Amino acid sequence: MSKPQQSNDGEQMGKSLTDDKGRPVVVVTGFGVITSLGRGKNENWKALTSGQSGLHHITRFPTDGLRTTVAGTVDFMGLETYSAPALSTAMASDAIVEALCQSRIGDRASFPGPLYLATPPTELEWPQRKALFASPDEESREDGYKQLLKAARSGRFKDVFDKFQFASVAETLAEEFGTQGLPISLSTACASGATAIMLGVEAIRRGDTDAALCVATDGSVHAEALIRFSLLSALSTQNDPPHKASRPFAKDRGGFVMAEGAGAFVLESYEAATARGAQILGVVRGCGERADEFHRTRTHPEGKPIIGAIQAALDDAGVAPGEIDYVNAHGTGTQENDKMEYLSLKAVLGDRIERVPISSNKSMIGHTLTAAGAIEAAFSLMSIHDETLPPTINYDLPDPDIPLDVVPNRSRRARVTNVLSNSFGFGGQNASLVLSGEPA
Amino acid sequence: MDPHRPEVWITGLGLVSSLGEGPDAHWAALSVGKPGATVDETRFEPYPVHPLAAIDFSKQIERKGDIRQMGQWQRIGVHAAGLALEDAGLAGDEELLGKTDLVVAAGNGERDEAADANILEALTNGTENTQARGSVLNRLLQTSFRPTLYLAELSNLLAGNIQIVHGVAGSSRTYKGEEMAGVSAVEDAVRRIAGGQGQLFLVGGAFNAERADLGLVFELCGALWPHSFKPVWRRAEDGGGFIMGSLGAFLVLESETHAMARGNQPYARISCIHSGRGAGTSGSPRGATEALEALARELHGPLGILSGVSGAEPATSHELEWITMLDELGLQSQVRAYGTMLGHSVEAHFPAGVALAGLAVSKQALYEPFDDTGREEVREGHLDRVLVTGRGHWRGEGFALVEAAAKQ
Repeated sequence: MSKPQQSNDGEQMGKSLTDDKGRPVVVVTGFGVITSLGRGKNENWKALTSGQSGLHHITRFPTDGLRTTVAGTVDFMGLETYSAPALSTAMASDAIVEALCQSRIGDRASFPGPLYLATPPTELEWPQRKALFASPDEESREDGYKQLLKAARSGRFKDVFDKFQFASVAETLAEEFGTQGLPISLSTACASGATAIMLGVEAIRRGDTDAALCVATDGSVHAEALIRFSLLSALSTQNDPPHKASRPFAKDRGGFVMAEGAGAFVLESYEAATARGAQILGVVRGCGERADEFHRTRTHPEGKPIIGAIQAALDDAGVAPGEIDYVNAHGTGTQENDKMEYLSLKAVLGDRIERVPISSNKSMIGHTLTAAGAIEAAFSLMSIHDETLPPTINYDLPDPDIPLDVVPNRSRRARVTNVLSNSFGFGGQNASLVLSGEPA
Repeated sequence: MDPHRPEVWITGLGLVSSLGEGPDAHWAALSVGKPGATVDETRFEPYPVHPLAAIDFSKQIERKGDIRQMGQWQRIGVHAAGLALEDAGLAGDEELLGKTDLVVAAGNGERDEAADANILEALTNGTENTQARGSVLNRLLQTSFRPTLYLAELSNLLAGNIQIVHGVAGSSRTYKGEEMAGVSAVEDAVRRIAGGQGQLFLVGGAFNAERADLGLVFELCGALWPHSFKPVWRRAEDGGGFIMGSLGAFLVLESETHAMARGNQPYARISCIHSGRGAGTSGSPRGATEALEALARELHGPLGILSGVSGAEPATSHELEWITMLDELGLQSQVRAYGTMLGHSVEAHFPAGVALAGLAVSKQALYEPFDDTGREEVREGHLDRVLVTGRGHWRGEGFALVEAAAKQ
């Protein structure tokens, strides 16, 4: 049960180190973020709260003949050659450094806990396949994969290709930051960022560790990935102007916009954080997840698993629906997601949902896919701290079927205690987090 | 583990491989007479593979549309998952399935090899102008790929398909990272059960060895065995390497109290699991060696070891260091490298080892030696404890201890 707080600065005096279920309270002591809006949370927050979009025409690869030509790529990491794992690693590393500097935990080469990393699909990309296929030492070229395997067997490509193993991003980061134990790579599709945070929360609650580094990164905007989403008719084709491409909750929404970024969190038990005098930036009060058994890309028509995930997060947090005063939506801007998210929220929060502000960061940063859950959790915490709700931009045509206060087009000052942050993904993945400013 | 924590029971096994389908087929193939591996040395020459036995997927996947939408690795996994649910008495029990948490270890899905080959030809023979080449690639990608095949390629869609086909609807998590994904998946479920964060889990993975696109990634780092078949322990002299094996392995893991409440008997329990980055990496602790040593000091009596070693070097040599350490600590251990018989199944390999260990413990005996190298000695007597090791072909190591459940 709850122990009395021994605080060295008095500020946390009287706050319980355990939650209503007797588990360790899990706090955030550092976080970092990168999106197409910029590097670091201050730069991002300034842009986000002034309603600025990070979306632009793609220049990374030719877009001739593509239906979608906009994305929120991160083009400022100074990579010599782009590849999804290289960019994903670079962004994650940057976000981790920001989180560690703020948290002042361990040192830069030795983090006292495990790494939970959400990573995008990692496989050879066309430049690498082509280089293998064209390797000149063979007189007679064989067909397709026979030729690729033959080139691989030569051993000449080892160094270049090591990073295309799934574990490579996590392994590189574990080496760089000296995290403990096996670095964990995970995917729950577009809910991955929230899942990474959830794994850290669970490990701390179990007492397996006092601290965890929870990171999500996605740098996978390349031609094939874009085309694959496009073939599923998931992407916005409202290319001009690019900053109007993402229109969550608006009647004329036409799909999501692929984007890149990373979010990193240092989570600690409240007890360990206060013992070392760390500044508490927020609390992960609750997490919920539910699998959908209905369809690979569509959600259950009654939203059952989304409702289940939100309800589970509230229950886990010990927070009543009436105590949620802001929602950071998944809000992708597809017809189906936004409607189902509204209906599910309404089922849990009741008619009150029409008065609870809800905004979609994706209107400005696009859908950062694997990273979205972590990036949006970071912005959720900033909303609490700065007492400002970022807007949902491009909300020119309200959808009468989705009567929500989406903080349209301009940010708003508001005091917030508990934020609900939603993340949903293909394959029936639903995860929700409840984040608060300080321990109850 | 803390004796006050709930025991983690294995209450269902689903296994499909080159040796057949189900626990009985595997027990028969591996413990009666002299076990022999099923190997195809011609189809992917110079790489041998252990091909999947003939499996009727429609027995576990009723709708033809579902089968059509999956890649072969997903069919293997969904089938194995169905077998495990059936074995645990969960199949068709909507209420329990709705509360079952799913944890899957997965790599990439399968690509359209013919489409890739066509695109490579076009890119190689066509223009050198980057812009023009980009246009060609865009056109070919848009016309060669079936939209639904993208979903078959997403790592988390094995889990997605298990949810849809079998109605598993608790939570769903997919771990990645080659072999260690399998260790992470089992470890996640074990720790959540032991920590009171869940009661009923379906855990596992699947691997389709009969694919050139999947083999390519491993061969790029020189990990495949490009010669005719040899047992795992005998490959080091030729540089080492693994032979891929098609396999699906799922476990139903359940808290002791939950299983007892529904009257379900366990194969065995998982009493301990650890993982680490492994030898050759920096940081502290490097790997799982210290944990294994601590565990071994507490063990007495005969210990079966199902080694998940692949044959790749230097990982296989690192595994031998573990076995030497256990010998030096005085354990009467008998090792079996199950990769010799099943091939190496990467993400699914560790769950398969745990399944085989659960089966062996329930039979109170270890399998026959899998080779004639002399490293695998003939079994003797009663056995109630099997150590399963997992070792990445390039990174990571882990182990689990599978023991007779107290209430058996």
